Amino acid sequence: MTGFNLRGTFAIYRFELARTWRTLFQSILTPVLTTSLYFIVFGSAIGGQIQSAGGVPYAAFIVPGLLMLTILAESTANASFGIYLPRFTGTIYEVLSAPVGVAEILLGYVGAAATKSLILSAVILATARVFVDYEIAHPLMAAGFILLSAVAFSLFGFILGCWADGFEKLQVVPMLVLTPLTFLGGTFYSITMLPEPWRTVTLFNPVVYLVNGLRWTFYGKADVDLGLATTLTFAFLAICIGIVAVIFRTGWRLRT
Amino acid sequence: MEMEPILDIRGLCKTYAGGTVALKPTDLRIRKGEIFALLGPNGAGKTTLIGLVCGLVRPSGGEVRVFGFDVSKRWREARARIGLVPQELAVDMFEYVLPSVTHSRALFGRPADPAKIERLLKSLSLWDKRDQRISALSGGMKRRVLIAKALAHEPDLLFLDEPTAGVDVELRRDMWALIGELRDQGVTVILTTHYIEEAEEMADRIGVIDKGELKLVEEKRALMARLGRTQARITLAAPLSVIPGELGRYDLALADEGNVLLYHGAGEGEVAVLLKDLVAAGVDFTGLGIRESSLEDIFVDLVGNNHRRGEAA
Repeated sequence: MTGFNLRGTFAIYRFELARTWRTLFQSILTPVLTTSLYFIVFGSAIGGQIQSAGGVPYAAFIVPGLLMLTILAESTANASFGIYLPRFTGTIYEVLSAPVGVAEILLGYVGAAATKSLILSAVILATARVFVDYEIAHPLMAAGFILLSAVAFSLFGFILGCWADGFEKLQVVPMLVLTPLTFLGGTFYSITMLPEPWRTVTLFNPVVYLVNGLRWTFYGKADVDLGLATTLTFAFLAICIGIVAVIFRTGWRLRT
Repeated sequence: MEMEPILDIRGLCKTYAGGTVALKPTDLRIRKGEIFALLGPNGAGKTTLIGLVCGLVRPSGGEVRVFGFDVSKRWREARARIGLVPQELAVDMFEYVLPSVTHSRALFGRPADPAKIERLLKSLSLWDKRDQRISALSGGMKRRVLIAKALAHEPDLLFLDEPTAGVDVELRRDMWALIGELRDQGVTVILTTHYIEEAEEMADRIGVIDKGELKLVEEKRALMARLGRTQARITLAAPLSVIPGELGRYDLALADEGNVLLYHGAGEGEVAVLLKDLVAAGVDFTGLGIRESSLEDIFVDLVGNNHRRGEAA
């Protein structure tokens, strides 16, 4: 064996996805249930009191935000758990002693986490259709943006899984950083609805660009420009790749 | 001409952050098809040495070549030919036996071969357990799963880190038989153990490591002949108050109020000569017990002396 280990990559990818099927209820049904509850509470109950947001009917307005909420949470959680669990149980020795390098490991772990997010995205979009009649103005752009976000946050999750030295730490960033940023990132409201200085402060929240980037692909309008959102997401992706490269070069938290 | 070593370690060392020296600069060459036992007390550096070769530990210095491939540059080629059975029972508890072993083969880039996996599982008495969840298996069976996973990609060099730690006597014997079979198939086996009996039973060569230093590497038979000792306990017909002067060239001591003569020497052959000299000196005896020192005695001498010197310093 001298080149890229394709079989090894698929082995990791299949193994990670198999974990999803083993925990199907937790993996698929829980996000669907949670999203349905958001639609019931925000879309139907509260949304009935709000005519529109950003020029879009409120129930439809929250669809991209809820989708992004799921993508960020699930990509991060799946990739972080995927690499942390073998570290915790000690089974990581097998991957580290196998002829697989950074490319194979990333494609395997991050690819599987991103795939699961894409499957969930499709399920959530289908679930949303039950509650609200929405259209996607730019479906290809939407698919690309969802893919980009899923990959970027799966990479972020991988870094988190390498950094964590306990299950508690694995939860800290998603619970205390990602979730608040997502809720304050324009998922349920347009930032034009905010008074100053909060409108300006919100622009420092990176999730605003993700939510609004996706919203633009749905409705052709959003609080921020798609180009800026895409550029920032690519920048985030590049930073994550850089950190992962350092992790593998130094063996930080992986090799002693 | 000596055969090219399949594992060539030169100046390999590891110092962890914080300054702990896990392995001092080490040279070691392993020949194809041999069983090499690395002996050492807990924390001696055995697992670190294995980890350095297998890519689990980053070296602080030195060079490792496996089948001629430098593991720092051509690690893909090197790792593809190495199998590792770790000391810890590190298995995915939610996985099932057959998929887990099949996964290991794929991970190492080998094409699927259900027939080979079936033969492997049967040879390890795991075929009947193939559909069982690994968490449901006994400790010994889990250890077998780890061995099956390490052998799934048909490695030429197998590392067994404490393969029989915590397993019962029957399984230990099975493991020894399996290791013998692997050697017959041309697999080179490097095992670490602190069960000296295991090394004595199986190894062709012995390495003794202690406090991160490889203290010696020698053929097992040569080592036992060189460092082995014979002890004889001769029960006398009548007690002696002093050892006769004509027996002065032997290492003798009196015990049990002069009723027993203790001999420490280099071999059984010398005991036979001693007995003749006893008769010639008019010393009659009624019983004789001879004990050859085991590899364990040699190991304790080597490592124990080192530790005593360390404590005295």
